[in-house]
Amino acid sequence: MPVKTMIESIRETLADEMARDERVMVIGEDVGQLGGVFRATEGLQTKFGADRVVDMPLAEGVIVGAGLGLAMSGMRPVVEIQFLGFGHQAFHQIGQQVARLRYRSAGRHSVPMVIRAPFGGGVRTPELHSDAFEAFYAHCPGLKVVAPATAHDAKGLLTAALETDDPVLFLEPLKGYRLQRDEVPEERYTVPIGKAQIVREGADVTVIAWSAATQLALAAAEELAASGVDVQVLDLRSLVPLDVEGVAAAVSTTGRAVVLHEAPLTGGFGAELAATIQQTCFYDLIAPVHRITAPDTPYPLAGVEDAYVPSQSRVVREIKALMEVAP
Amino acid sequence: MTRFTPPVEAIEPFRLLDTSGSPLGATEMSPAATLEAFEWMLLARTFDEKATSLQRQGRFGTFSSVRGQEASVVGAASALDPSRDWIAPQYRELPAILRHGMPLENFALYFMGHPGGCVIPDGVNILPIQISLAAQLPQAVGVAWGLKQQGKDGVVTTFVGDGASSEGDFHESLNLAGVLKAPVIFFLQNNGWAISTPRAKQTAGRTFADRAAGYGIHGAYVDGNDLLAVNAVMTEAVERARSGEGPTLIESLTWRAGAHNTADDPTKYVTDADHEAWIGTDPIERIEAYLREAGELDDAARAQIGQRCAAEVERALGVAQGTPAAGPSALFDHVYAEPFARFSQQRDTWLQTKEV
Repeated sequence: MPVKTMIESIRETLADEMARDERVMVIGEDVGQLGGVFRATEGLQTKFGADRVVDMPLAEGVIVGAGLGLAMSGMRPVVEIQFLGFGHQAFHQIGQQVARLRYRSAGRHSVPMVIRAPFGGGVRTPELHSDAFEAFYAHCPGLKVVAPATAHDAKGLLTAALETDDPVLFLEPLKGYRLQRDEVPEERYTVPIGKAQIVREGADVTVIAWSAATQLALAAAEELAASGVDVQVLDLRSLVPLDVEGVAAAVSTTGRAVVLHEAPLTGGFGAELAATIQQTCFYDLIAPVHRITAPDTPYPLAGVEDAYVPSQSRVVREIKALMEVAP
Repeated sequence: MTRFTPPVEAIEPFRLLDTSGSPLGATEMSPAATLEAFEWMLLARTFDEKATSLQRQGRFGTFSSVRGQEASVVGAASALDPSRDWIAPQYRELPAILRHGMPLENFALYFMGHPGGCVIPDGVNILPIQISLAAQLPQAVGVAWGLKQQGKDGVVTTFVGDGASSEGDFHESLNLAGVLKAPVIFFLQNNGWAISTPRAKQTAGRTFADRAAGYGIHGAYVDGNDLLAVNAVMTEAVERARSGEGPTLIESLTWRAGAHNTADDPTKYVTDADHEAWIGTDPIERIEAYLREAGELDDAARAQIGQRCAAEVERALGVAQGTPAAGPSALFDHVYAEPFARFSQQRDTWLQTKEV
């Protein structure tokens, strides 16, 4: 089976879906001629034409809002927000318009629309690019939010996102674009939206993560194995819908839960998971649910981002400390 | 060569009727179309008066009347073909969405707070009523773009106000529409007020229509209380959009004769003199005078139109008031195309609980 990077997987999936369905369009800043600042859409304009792969004026609000209009007209737009940090300038369209159009039109208008955005840190971007603001979007009823950790799941989730008539925010790991490489089948397939997956079996503690943090959890788990700590890693893959059953099933086997994310602590999606875990498997827990997150500070300049984004050594240290907690 | 752009001179809006309804020259709207438009205008006025009265009695919700802007709204809508054109409304364009196929009872239900008011019948090409100012503009551009992409000849008209022109979405949308040459018309109703904020505090620009030049699109400045002038300008803009020549920004200069909405008290900020100036140009009186002068309307026909409007308002309000209250299941309807376990479980819990 061919091994692909995250970015190759996304690019090829977009090409496959555009070839398969002429309603699929790609719009965003620099997505055409340049092929995207990360080359996620490289070659698509040559292949499918400038009226299906469209370089947009630099205005996130209208990029998303016009995408919504395209969807209403019968197209299936894939809208790229160049960095999720710029999503604030489109938030009124995403949170209030995209997420609610079906509801506000009593089902008359569907929103078969995918909003792609890279997020998260670790690649030394300039300021205001790298925030992990996934919790904002998970708090918008009507919107689905997915965040694959592998090239395999990127293909399957992007294909699924293009199939559904619900709007999907498709979050891509900035750090994983080229670092993440794994096996991607050639044939078309979907990964179900709303299903978490155990990506490492372990008996002592469950780490729940998504996107780049899943890879961090796996690396930390390998290191912890040498110290005799057997870590289970649950890759959430979708934030909305949340796989409540999958989370509960995983945590109930180990009795210890760690939520790992790059976003700040307060109001982060880890809080949702912690609450869900205590509700669904309170009596299986042998330690408090622990959150490993960024601090409640703005995303810093690149020179100090290593102190901000959870590191492998911090994950290892905090899990070891959690293992010391006795009931 | 000059260092700065030259100062702009004052301009007058385009008009075909004087304020008393006498034609200033040749008119273009057919007698039948003008009569039909008159009836839509009168229907809106009839509904506004009835609903305002019901609201005062606590039997209708907070809503924004179109009083004073009937010629503007109907003049625009009358240039559209509901079978292929789209409307992206704001919230003060009742007769436009009625003419486009929205049942009056749905509009009434919406402002009575009933979710049935959100229903847009199949085949009616309307976006939901928009409350967030200018948020519908990007979507209107997108719909227009999508129609063009699919080789359809529909045109999208979006309604926006002088206040909403200050929103970022306004700029972003006109800019994109110009770049794409999208078949979209931005119909800006300058009614003088954004709740209590007068037009002069919204922009230092000469007109809103002037902004069209900055986006490389067509602009028009029209007397919005002159049905025939509005319709003439709109008709031309629609033809241009349909033939692939791109968007137009139309500033329709009108006057909000009522309050912002039924919760507002305009006596706190609108002077009597301002209001008197409007009463001289009530758009319904103006077009009625024109129709009578042209021999298209007499007392008997006028009475019949009035009766039809009253009957339609009574019918629609009867349907709306007779619609059973929505239950908690309405909270969950149409949120997702594909619901999921946690969502469905919440729904079940809500429905099992009888008390709110």
